[in-house]
Amino acid sequence: MRNYMYSTILTFILLLIWEIGARRINTSFILPAPTEIGMKLWELREELFLHHLPITFSVIAIGLAISLTLGILLSIGMSMSKTLEQTLYPLLITSQTIPIIALAPIFVLWFGYSIWSKIVVTIIITFFPITVSTFDGLRSTNRDLKELFQSMGASKRQLFFKLEVPSALSSFFSGLKVAVPMSVIGAAIGEWLGAQAGLGYFSRRMMTQFDGAGVFAPIVLLSLIGILLFIAVVLLEKYILNWRRI
Amino acid sequence: MKSILDNDEQALQFKNVYFDYENAAGQIRILKDVSFSIPKGEFVSIVGASGSGKTTIFRLIVGLEQQKSGSIYVNGEEMEKRLGKVGYMPQQDLLMPWRTVRQNAFLPLEIQKQKDTDSKVDRLLGEFGLKGYENKYPNELSGGMRQRVSFLRATLSGSNVLLLDEPFSALDAMTKLFMQEWLLEQWEKQLSTILFITHDISEALFLSDRIFVITDTPVTTLEEVKVPLKRPRWQHHLDQKKVIELKNSLIERFRMRV
Ligand SMILES: Nc1ncnc2c1ncn2[C@@H]1O[C@H](COP(=O)(O)OP(=O)(O)OP(=O)(O)O)[C@@H](O)[C@H]1O
Ligand SMILES: [Mg+2]
Repeated sequence: MRNYMYSTILTFILLLIWEIGARRINTSFILPAPTEIGMKLWELREELFLHHLPITFSVIAIGLAISLTLGILLSIGMSMSKTLEQTLYPLLITSQTIPIIALAPIFVLWFGYSIWSKIVVTIIITFFPITVSTFDGLRSTNRDLKELFQSMGASKRQLFFKLEVPSALSSFFSGLKVAVPMSVIGAAIGEWLGAQAGLGYFSRRMMTQFDGAGVFAPIVLLSLIGILLFIAVVLLEKYILNWRRI
Repeated sequence: MKSILDNDEQALQFKNVYFDYENAAGQIRILKDVSFSIPKGEFVSIVGASGSGKTTIFRLIVGLEQQKSGSIYVNGEEMEKRLGKVGYMPQQDLLMPWRTVRQNAFLPLEIQKQKDTDSKVDRLLGEFGLKGYENKYPNELSGGMRQRVSFLRATLSGSNVLLLDEPFSALDAMTKLFMQEWLLEQWEKQLSTILFITHDISEALFLSDRIFVITDTPVTTLEEVKVPLKRPRWQHHLDQKKVIELKNSLIERFRMRV
């Protein structure tokens, strides 16, 4: 816990500066004070927590789940077939240079205001770190260890599950740690662009009403979701890769 | 030690084996018409300069490489696919950091899908001085212990033929001496055939029945030297005059090549 002492202190100092600054400027639709945001959160708690948060959370969860499935399958495919790798890897990299945000309105056209247009944005934004890190992890398998397995007569299947998968885990988790905060951003962007509910949507609606604290309150929740998911991944990583602690 | 008897007395045989590595520059011949036989139960060391092809001989026996021509017999049988037939301890210990000592050692049994081997593994863990360390991870072990785990893993392959590639080269002088005595003890207990690569001539003299000396690359003839020592052996046996002379003549032989 000591590790977090300095960053906690810094956060408090920054919040304090923000609070003082906001009170002096005194135009809460441009810069609401942290206390105002806190009060707003409390005021809107039922609407935010019971209505909008579950919707955004399901976008994030479904998006991440699909992204993980596709990413893992694709990286396994690429690690097994050189042709697949040479075909898809360049496309994968190129896809990252496309500004997703600019494309997002098209997804709204395609999928309407339904939850799926947001899920697609989330998938596209998280798919890359997951696939590339898993693929790199699978590819990083120590060659000498691989030969040792072969010298024992291991089958392809045994090689994969007993050597390649464990070798890839560490890199996979690095990718997941990048993907999780991005999934929150993806969901929020998706909702910003066209939705009927969700934290991103709510934030935007408050914007049109010049309610500064109302814009920030759902954003605080969004970043809390990101932090909690990140912590969950770190805990899972520590549990699965517990040999690394030694 | 023993003369060459009929085939099934032989643990390992090379007959007129040729081998090349291919790389961008073309072919590099490593073995040229190499033949040798190692009877069951023998301890043979291979000494030779770095890059002379010692590890390559092991890779051929294991089946990680295929000879260009000639035949390789394991336990009297000529085998095309030799993978999984002999116990191989590679030059580095190559333990998997995510597996405990026990899980690392257990790997060959796992690959062979053997069941009910716990008591055997437990007994050997004890004999290899790893009791109490079963559940530790490799990065918690000393170099000597890591080597023992790696050796135990090779032993658990269940093969009577063990190939050890410079197992003690990374150890300090004292640990090395203990490990050598311990290795001989294990060899006598397990009744295995051991082929042992080393750079250290004293080590080869202390351990082996015969020493194969590689003096030229590509390898054509393996010069055979019989070690004139009885067993059980102790380190002070190496101080005998005939052994010192033999050692010096071996060193001389290498000097000429440099
Ligand atoms: N995969 C490979 N492709 C091409 N050349 C190789 C390959 N592996 C080894 N060589 C070459 O073959 C020669 C013999 O290598 P080998 O590993 O058998 O030597 P070694 O006697 O075990 O050496 P050391 O004592 O340093 O371990 C070396 O010149 C090496 O450069
Ligand atoms: Mg070598």
